[in-house]
Amino acid sequence: MSRPPSARSEVVFDDFKPAYTAGQALAEANRCLYCSDAPCIQACPTGIDIPEFIRKIATDNVKGSARTIFEANVLGMSCARVCPVEVLCVGDCVYNHMGIPPIQIGKLQRYATDIAYDKGWSYFSAGEDTGKRVALIGAGPASLACAHALRRMGHACTIFEKRDVVGGLNTTGVAPYKMKADRSQDEVDWILSIGGIEVTTGVEVGRDVSFADLERDFDAIFIGFGLGPDGWLAAEGNKLAGIHGAVEFIERFKLGEVDLDGVERALVIGGGNTAVDAVRELKGLGVANVAMVYRGTEARMSGYAHEWAAAKLENIDAIWQTQPTGFARSGDGLEVTAVKLDADKTPIAGSEHGLPADLVLLAIGQGKLGDLVVDLDGITAEWGRLIVDGDGFTGRPGYYAGGDAANGGKEVVNAAAEGKAAARAIDAWFAADNSLRSPEGGA
Amino acid sequence: MAIKPDLTTDCAGIRSPNPFWLASAPPTNSGEQIMRAFDAGWGGAVWKTLGTPIQNVSSRFGATNYRGTAAIGFNNIELITDRPLDVNFREIAEVKKRYPDHAVIVSLMVETREEWKEIIKRSEDAGADGLELNFGCPHGMCERGMGSAVGQEPKVNERITGWAKEFATVPVLVKLTPNVGDIVPHGIAAQAGGADGVSLINTIKSIIGVDIDRFVPEPRVGGLSTNGGYCGAAVKPIALHMVGALARDFTFELPISGIGGVRDWRDAVEFMLLGAASVQVCTEVMLRGYRIVEDMIEGLTDYMATHGFATIDQLVGKAVPNFSEWGELDLNYETIAKIDAESCIGCQLCVTACHDGAHQCIHPTGDGRVPVIDESECVGCNLCQIVCPVPDCISMVQVDNGFAPATWNQHIGDGAPLRPKKGAH
Repeated sequence: MSRPPSARSEVVFDDFKPAYTAGQALAEANRCLYCSDAPCIQACPTGIDIPEFIRKIATDNVKGSARTIFEANVLGMSCARVCPVEVLCVGDCVYNHMGIPPIQIGKLQRYATDIAYDKGWSYFSAGEDTGKRVALIGAGPASLACAHALRRMGHACTIFEKRDVVGGLNTTGVAPYKMKADRSQDEVDWILSIGGIEVTTGVEVGRDVSFADLERDFDAIFIGFGLGPDGWLAAEGNKLAGIHGAVEFIERFKLGEVDLDGVERALVIGGGNTAVDAVRELKGLGVANVAMVYRGTEARMSGYAHEWAAAKLENIDAIWQTQPTGFARSGDGLEVTAVKLDADKTPIAGSEHGLPADLVLLAIGQGKLGDLVVDLDGITAEWGRLIVDGDGFTGRPGYYAGGDAANGGKEVVNAAAEGKAAARAIDAWFAADNSLRSPEGGA
Repeated sequence: MAIKPDLTTDCAGIRSPNPFWLASAPPTNSGEQIMRAFDAGWGGAVWKTLGTPIQNVSSRFGATNYRGTAAIGFNNIELITDRPLDVNFREIAEVKKRYPDHAVIVSLMVETREEWKEIIKRSEDAGADGLELNFGCPHGMCERGMGSAVGQEPKVNERITGWAKEFATVPVLVKLTPNVGDIVPHGIAAQAGGADGVSLINTIKSIIGVDIDRFVPEPRVGGLSTNGGYCGAAVKPIALHMVGALARDFTFELPISGIGGVRDWRDAVEFMLLGAASVQVCTEVMLRGYRIVEDMIEGLTDYMATHGFATIDQLVGKAVPNFSEWGELDLNYETIAKIDAESCIGCQLCVTACHDGAHQCIHPTGDGRVPVIDESECVGCNLCQIVCPVPDCISMVQVDNGFAPATWNQHIGDGAPLRPKKGAH
């Protein structure tokens, strides 16, 4: 496990939502109405008692404020930065119904959790050793949340991560104007400081370690391996130089440096949140002309409206209702051939045209990794997404899953909630005298 | 034809262009300040208390803050003037020369009869339009037998007021301390001493806070502190009561200059309706400056025009007859809360307030966020309306319960029937 290098292209970005000063945080905290049974809590997948943590900022009990956050969500520091609060807690603030700006919950949460990190406050200790051991696959938010909760209950944890970096998409994928890789690593270190969570990097379960090995050595297994590689467009010339998967490209500039010299015009294919991130990131990295190419209309894009609104303010273009059909070299760059689509996303005859680009990123979705485990009896997947119940149980005794692997690709806060829920379910399963290593619990 | 109200004020024979006076305090410390205040629109000023100039401490003020609002209450341990008397009197004369139509009232605090005689003469020689006897300061000066030490003893109050009246030719106001159980005997003492009017309230004895890391009360002077005088917006209810208590007392007949937490024209109107012929302001000026008077003048003028008051004396005391005793309140008058579902934002602060602090009659519906009021249990206490953040969302509506009005006194005396109690399980 290594920290991200200091030479990373992402460091040029400033925070899109700058940190609050103490004065700003107090002023905002004092605006909170402290609602009863507050809608913002209900909107939070981890159920943070938001009015309570905000009130504690207002009363100068910042230590208690951060405790309220971390008790509900141990990834509260990163969630404060990366959550789409506009469609979660902030979106449900009652002030919206009054025509008054809603409370900036994310910024207040960042204020409290940043201070907790800076001061080195620690809140949690491992529970008394139960002798139980849990293997967690993938070192992203879901596994970290699950492992931390399991440690508080006294279960030993080992995380298997196939990469060298830990933190999952929080480290490799979050837009750098929200959080940079080194801050994600800070969170990983902070979570692991509870002790008793072993992280084994460079080890891929299924290749370097078998599930049979895990079932022999561990009492339960949590699958938090996230999503697979970028989806690829089936079109002629799609392997030409200058065409990259968006997630892979984002990881490159978050963990190192990318050379965009000579890239005047970039196209990002897709209309989801990865596409919106990618166009904003390319613009911020200095590409003069950046456009998103999407099959549907602006109204139907799956990327968040508030994120796309910010992109538009950064002079980013969109080419709507357009489908790339092929790629060819053109001089030093590429020529993307495309057709226009009608409202049903059907190609319009005779609409073929060319779009010049020096760089093309494909943001049309990521592969699902569920197929890696569907051969295990009891585990099922749908379109590669693992099927689990509300506690993350897969259907195979001792196997639980959460995060993108099970939800198909949601937010960090969903992974945090699912990891924690799975930990509770695993603990309950242990309490009922079950174990993968014991006759009654084995598969 | 619309009324053009006349704000000219006569309080105890002291005339000013409007009823807004600066109270004796830091904003009236010097002639330069008072002239700027008059330029801003203030009708009068009570000069910072003159007496034997004192030495002040460093660290003099403290404040009570509430949810990000600074100084809803304020406290000071500053004493009377620390400037030479010659300088003060020279500046008083200069102000009166330049502003002959504005009221300059000189606040005084000395000990002996001879001292009172001399300082009153010098004040009148300088051109004072009136005198205010500071019998109220509850910190520092009272330890030397002055200020509230005088105001808390009706006999001493009456005697010294008598001295002042013996020597003065201009009107004399006695400034009363609120640090007493009942204000009325103290107003009566001033009246018996011959005062032309009273001004109240002075500050309330207080400790504004404690430095919880150093274990020292605030404001901190090195490693010690002492009690101060509390003032500012938070004291208004106490001041209103004391002004009203004197105004409604049948034996008390003097004009009143109202003081205590006045921030704006609305506060001033409230004091005047309860009997104040002029109002004095200090803390809000210390926090926001002399400029606040523009809004006070405009707001009062508009209020008077709206209600058809042509002159100040038409509104002074207008609410006094309606300030009564509990035993005279109609026990059969019934209100209940109503929530306007259209404007409700669903914060449910009323639910918690009613459940934890009132009569458990507002309930979340479980369907949507607009709460439901169980009107059979609502006692009409107003708490929900007070906590609701949306203007006019919760209203208190009168209910016709079929019972004729009946007070406690009528019930006890004549057996007048009372409606069944609500929420008294």
